[in-house]
Amino acid sequence: MSGFGLATWSSRHGHALLSSMGRLARHPLATTLTVLVMALALALPLGLDLLVSNVRAATGDFSGAIGLSAYLHLEVAEERIQQLARSARQHAGVGRVEIISAAAALEQFRKDSGFGAALDALTGNPLPPVISVTPSAAASSPAEVETLRRYLAAWPEVESVQVDGDWVVRFNAILDELRELLLLAAILLGAGVVAVVGNTIRLEIDNRRAEIEVTKLVGGTNAFVRRPFLYAGTLYGLVAGLVAWLIVLLATLSLQPATSRLAQAYGSHFVLNAPEPREAALVLALGTLLGWLGAWLAAARHLAQIEPGFT
Amino acid sequence: MISFERVAKRYPNGREALSAVTLQVAPGEMVFLTGRSGAGKSTVLKLIALLERPTRGQLIVNGENTAKLPARRIPAFRRRVGVVFQEHRLLTDRPVFDNVALPLIVADVSMREIGKRVRAALDQVGLLGKERLLPLELSVGEQQRVGIARAVVSRPPILIADEPTGNLDHQLANEMMNLFRRLNEVGVTIVVATHDLLLVRESGLREIVLADGVAGATQPPLPSMQAER
Repeated sequence: MSGFGLATWSSRHGHALLSSMGRLARHPLATTLTVLVMALALALPLGLDLLVSNVRAATGDFSGAIGLSAYLHLEVAEERIQQLARSARQHAGVGRVEIISAAAALEQFRKDSGFGAALDALTGNPLPPVISVTPSAAASSPAEVETLRRYLAAWPEVESVQVDGDWVVRFNAILDELRELLLLAAILLGAGVVAVVGNTIRLEIDNRRAEIEVTKLVGGTNAFVRRPFLYAGTLYGLVAGLVAWLIVLLATLSLQPATSRLAQAYGSHFVLNAPEPREAALVLALGTLLGWLGAWLAAARHLAQIEPGFT
Repeated sequence: MISFERVAKRYPNGREALSAVTLQVAPGEMVFLTGRSGAGKSTVLKLIALLERPTRGQLIVNGENTAKLPARRIPAFRRRVGVVFQEHRLLTDRPVFDNVALPLIVADVSMREIGKRVRAALDQVGLLGKERLLPLELSVGEQQRVGIARAVVSRPPILIADEPTGNLDHQLANEMMNLFRRLNEVGVTIVVATHDLLLVRESGLREIVLADGVAGATQPPLPSMQAER
């Protein structure tokens, strides 16, 4: 009678799914409100994530602005400078190394400053040779730039090291901070989603107490009784994830013209990115998982307490 | 079929509903369970449907020792005991068909088979053609019959009924009894808890009287009925 085959499995799950969907559709206002609250809680971290990645994309060119200038002592020999530059090139996290010899520096200065005649009056070259080091894009965090600075400063031939563009470094640090904050917000809001679903399912269980009692009385298993509630929670989560994605998508689309104008004003070709398919899939999966989890917690807690009785 | 051996039931609140009940119901038998309110009739029925477990003593139903049955096998056990309530306990937001189909749905019976068996059960209680109606669109007697159809649709070997005629006038009560008799004739073991002593006398069936938590006097059936059995 109850052979456990695929047909049985699909019919019992199909039954639970259909009855859950029917029930959600019968209370459109309550269902919409619950989904909306969940969707907003999911949309916030998604939007924040998009903000951070967009800002990073917009300022991506800035990492080239980070550089370290190692000013050498005046008397360091040419071969030694070449040697130092070679070992700098082999150091981890180093993108580009350039030597600016004292003569080249003087030539540059003569050209740029307009003090040419005054310089002619000097007997020697007062400018030191410089090794200019640009960290690779992957290694431009504040800590990595500081490590590199110490490495260069440790050479006895180096007089001093100057970090150029450290505002970019600080800016990146802020973005990193924001990303950590994002993770924290996502965890808190995720817990909120679980709580919202859990509470909705708990109310639903209370409303259907009589039905649950009768079902258990005629031999319904706990799994059978739980199933429609798990489906309801999962559906809530899935739809909320979808709505969250739509909210963020619409928000980015509506901001795009203004952003493009702003970017053009700065001569940039930056385009505001909408959520990628990967991010959309993630928010859908996360919503579904959290919805299921909330329903499962509520069902585990409240269904066991309902046992049929007489009169 | 049903065997109580010095069964006691004490509820968590300390009330001792049954102190030492010993009674037997043979396969295919139909008996009445009488006694004052609070004598333990409902408790006996709860124990038979495994809604409660005995505190002491041995209770065997359908060949299963209910004290030892693991929790995961309770649903399967309950599918073999049909229950009829005084206040029918139908789901008022579902049509008659869905109410009667519930025991089959929880048992994973195929949809086609469910349709056949629900109609057969409704035919048995004289409600064929009312599948699509909501319970509240039916009369009290009809609602009670839907409850019986739900209790027998999965063809359980045992049927228990708690005051099934409590809300019915004498004529409807008699019709209800005739329905139980017909089910009994096809082999269902039936235990009916009732206050209605007139109904019991008229039936001539065995009566088990509960008093002070003890199944003291088991009235033998009238001689004529005994011979018939």
